[in-house]
Amino acid sequence: MSTVLERVTKVIVDRLGVEENEVKPEASFTGDLGADSLDVVELVMELEDEFDMEISDEDAESMSTVGDAVAYIEKNQNS
Amino acid sequence: MSKLAGKTAIVTGASRGIGAEIARSFAAEGANVVVNYSGSKEKAEAVAEEIRKSGGEAIVVKADVADADQVKAMIDETVKTFGAVDVLVNNAGITRDNLMMRMKDDEWDDVININLKGVFVCTKAVTRQMMKQRSGRIVNIASIVGVMGNAGQANYVAAKAGVIGLTKTTARELASRGITANAIAPGFIMTDMTDRLSDDIQQTMLGQIPLGRFGKPEEVAKAALFLASDEASYMTGQTLHLDGGMVM
Ligand SMILES: NC(=O)c1ccc[n+]([C@@H]2O[C@H](COP(=O)([O-])OP(=O)(O)OC[C@H]3O[C@@H](n4cnc5c(N)ncnc54)[C@H](OP(=O)(O)O)[C@@H]3O)[C@@H](O)[C@H]2O)c1
Repeated sequence: MSTVLERVTKVIVDRLGVEENEVKPEASFTGDLGADSLDVVELVMELEDEFDMEISDEDAESMSTVGDAVAYIEKNQNS
Repeated sequence: MSKLAGKTAIVTGASRGIGAEIARSFAAEGANVVVNYSGSKEKAEAVAEEIRKSGGEAIVVKADVADADQVKAMIDETVKTFGAVDVLVNNAGITRDNLMMRMKDDEWDDVININLKGVFVCTKAVTRQMMKQRSGRIVNIASIVGVMGNAGQANYVAAKAGVIGLTKTTARELASRGITANAIAPGFIMTDMTDRLSDDIQQTMLGQIPLGRFGKPEEVAKAALFLASDEASYMTGQTLHLDGGMVM
């Protein structure tokens, strides 16, 4: 089984077309990874699909970095 | 060449009138069609049956366009059956005409709810699927009165003008994902909706139409087919007037 970070990284690499080594925990989606607001919405949708969970709009807004997303998923994953 | 071969299209309010004609014409061009309705089950089944008899694919799905849960279930069923949603035609609509002085709140609310919020709800619901696909066509059936105004239709005109604005915003928000959104603004088209109007009103309207006749649902369907097909690939955020020249 891959770790949450690895799975999140894969989604981000596929969606944003960035290099894997750019996807660091402190990297911000819009600042460092070049995502626009629609990319962020899409990323959240894909993370929902990947981890089979629902992420509310408020929670999504509070995730600005890769690390935020990983921490959120680890905390809320139902397994 | 079929213009929509292999594509899947959801047509809201396809049990009667313009929607039924759009469903039939899309199927004739090779599309898998979702015939949506809210009350007229038999009529919706008949439209789908007719499509199947002519060798097309169609399913019937009941959903109130203003109800997000029902709409989501419809999209899910569409994706489950056909694997994609390539085209959404927001056609469902009602009228509750009255002079503004006499218009009741519920007449206002019903029309805004179905004709405007319904377009928002359905568009929002297909967007997720279309964004994943990186392609999609949204065709909104507005009305020419949304451009010119019309006495006795404050609710309907406000909703249809709203649909034209919503079409432009949809076009801008989703353009980068290969999704286009355009509207059609029909004038007076011969359906149940206009059948109800008195002869007097019909005669008065006729006088305002340079082409001197009312339109047919097939004529709206042709424009919808154009907007849903590859032929309209470089067009988004626009409103086509199909009104015999009423507004120029
Ligand atoms: N006819 C015209 O002159 C004209 C002109 C300009 C614009 N338009 C627009 O064109 C569209 C179609 O009009 P039409 O003349 O074909 O009307 P129509 O013959 O009265 O048909 C309306 C269709 O909308 C469906 N519908 C109503 N409420 C719904 C809801 N809540 N959820 C799902 N479906 C619903 C109806 O299905 P059920 O019977 O199953 O409820 C029916 O299939 C409308 O948006 C209308 O405003 C018409």
